[in-house]
Amino acid sequence: MQMQSRHNWLPYGFLLPALAITGLVIIYPVLQTGFLSLQNYVLYSPDESRFVGLAHFKALWKDEVFWISLGHSVVWVGGIVCLQLLLGLGAALLLNQSFWWRGLARALVIVPWALPSVIIGLIWTWIYDYNVGVLNDLLLRSGLIDQPVAWLSNPKTSLPAIMLTLVWQGFPFFAVMILAGLQTVPQELYEAARMDGASAFRQFWHVTLPSIAGIMATAVLLRIIWVANSLDIILVMTGGGPGYATHTLPLYAFLRAYSEMEFGYAAALAVVMTILLLGIVFVYVRRQAKELA
Amino acid sequence: MTQQKPLHRMLLIELPVLLILLFALAPFAWMLLTAFKPTQELSVFPVRYWPDHFTLAHFEMLLQRTSFAHNWFNSFLIASGAVIVGLSVSIPAAYAFSRFRFAGRSYILTGFLVINMFPIVLLIIPLFVLMRHLGLIDTFVGVIIGHSTFSIPFSIWMLVSYFNAIPQDLDEAAMIDGASRLQTIRLVVLPLITPGVVTTAIYVFITSWNEYLFAMMLSGDKVRPVTVALQLFIGEFTVQWGLLTAGGALIALPVTFLFLLIQKRLVGGLTAGAVKS
Repeated sequence: MQMQSRHNWLPYGFLLPALAITGLVIIYPVLQTGFLSLQNYVLYSPDESRFVGLAHFKALWKDEVFWISLGHSVVWVGGIVCLQLLLGLGAALLLNQSFWWRGLARALVIVPWALPSVIIGLIWTWIYDYNVGVLNDLLLRSGLIDQPVAWLSNPKTSLPAIMLTLVWQGFPFFAVMILAGLQTVPQELYEAARMDGASAFRQFWHVTLPSIAGIMATAVLLRIIWVANSLDIILVMTGGGPGYATHTLPLYAFLRAYSEMEFGYAAALAVVMTILLLGIVFVYVRRQAKELA
Repeated sequence: MTQQKPLHRMLLIELPVLLILLFALAPFAWMLLTAFKPTQELSVFPVRYWPDHFTLAHFEMLLQRTSFAHNWFNSFLIASGAVIVGLSVSIPAAYAFSRFRFAGRSYILTGFLVINMFPIVLLIIPLFVLMRHLGLIDTFVGVIIGHSTFSIPFSIWMLVSYFNAIPQDLDEAAMIDGASRLQTIRLVVLPLITPGVVTTAIYVFITSWNEYLFAMMLSGDKVRPVTVALQLFIGEFTVQWGLLTAGGALIALPVTFLFLLIQKRLVGGLTAGAVKS
């Protein structure tokens, strides 16, 4: 029944509404950003905008804050994705064992993932509070620190503190994803390994890991893209401060556009960020397209 | 797995699971507990963990003295609109991807995956300029259209996998029996795909409800959703943590419940990479 005819316009008709809206809200804005990055755009008097060529990109190269933000972005993505993966893998391996309340544990572990970023920012700002925050209280009680720490307003601790928040939010995604992978590993493989006298660790290393490597790679690629793009939790918790201590690339671009109305320069930052991520998007999309298209 | 001794299992499996759950749930529980604590108890240090008195005062003040209830309702309208717009254009599109082979099919489908990966900052600046041109800033239509940047690509990818799970033989049998294509879709395919549509709809609802950046850029006083309103309260009432956490609870509880409802069926969409965090 599959329609092969070249003259069949029906599928295109079905696609038209989706393509039209997507064109308007995604394709057009993306092209517009590329165009804006070459302009000195003034929001409230667009007629005064003028073409500046690559001037924004040249300025960016000499912009200290750009390099600071890029550095933070690298630490941000690397640290968060690694910790999410490790914690998620641990959680998945445990939740794949059998115990009587496993179903409940599997359901509850995903709660952080369901929450809005504003609420996540709110909860953790409250936990990190200098005067009456529960983290300082716990650490003081257990004797790990003798002075309360200003987690979010100290430039040394603010970035790690927000990164921990992101790890908390995102590890359930890895757990659920890896758990789905673990459930597809054939039990016979483990039986065969045990017959050959393989220890638990060798079973994990030679049977489990190779079987879930594909799904882990997919999850890591996806996560890199999202974590690199995410800025709402930083915006809620510190707004990029103190100073530039929690500036990442998307946040810096957003602040230049939103607070300083420098749309051209912000667009240039967004374009650079997209180019930096393009490689990862390419690898990811090729893997997925092979599987599903 | 081999049979393990109960104590062994408790120490090596159940205890670590409990610790992970504690990490996952304690911050959320702490928010709920704070929301019911009287203000005097919130400002003591060392922290008083279990409140001496539970109070609903924060909820009362939030609902009576602030615009919170109005914002909550705005969020509900926006998320419902995002579901309706997302699904009404994505169901036909996903059907076409699943049932027809046409020129450019895999490129367009891959395109919908790629656009889901674009950085939000890349979209949000020109989208704001565009909405301003169209006079759609601070309207429901504007925010809902903004949310279709993620609801459409996501819905298409989810729904294609659900459509693919329905055997083509069923369509063929119906059409041999003389049903038109539209009748086949309406009477055979759509009823079978309903669970998939419901899962997709709920996930789009949650994502739209939770969304912050588009909503902040595209809304003003009139249609401000609850996430943006709460963020403004944070600026206004920094010291009133009871009020803020009460708001957080009223925003988070409905979506947490919805998420728990659909979590099992999400895994298919997860591995397709369509689910946004």
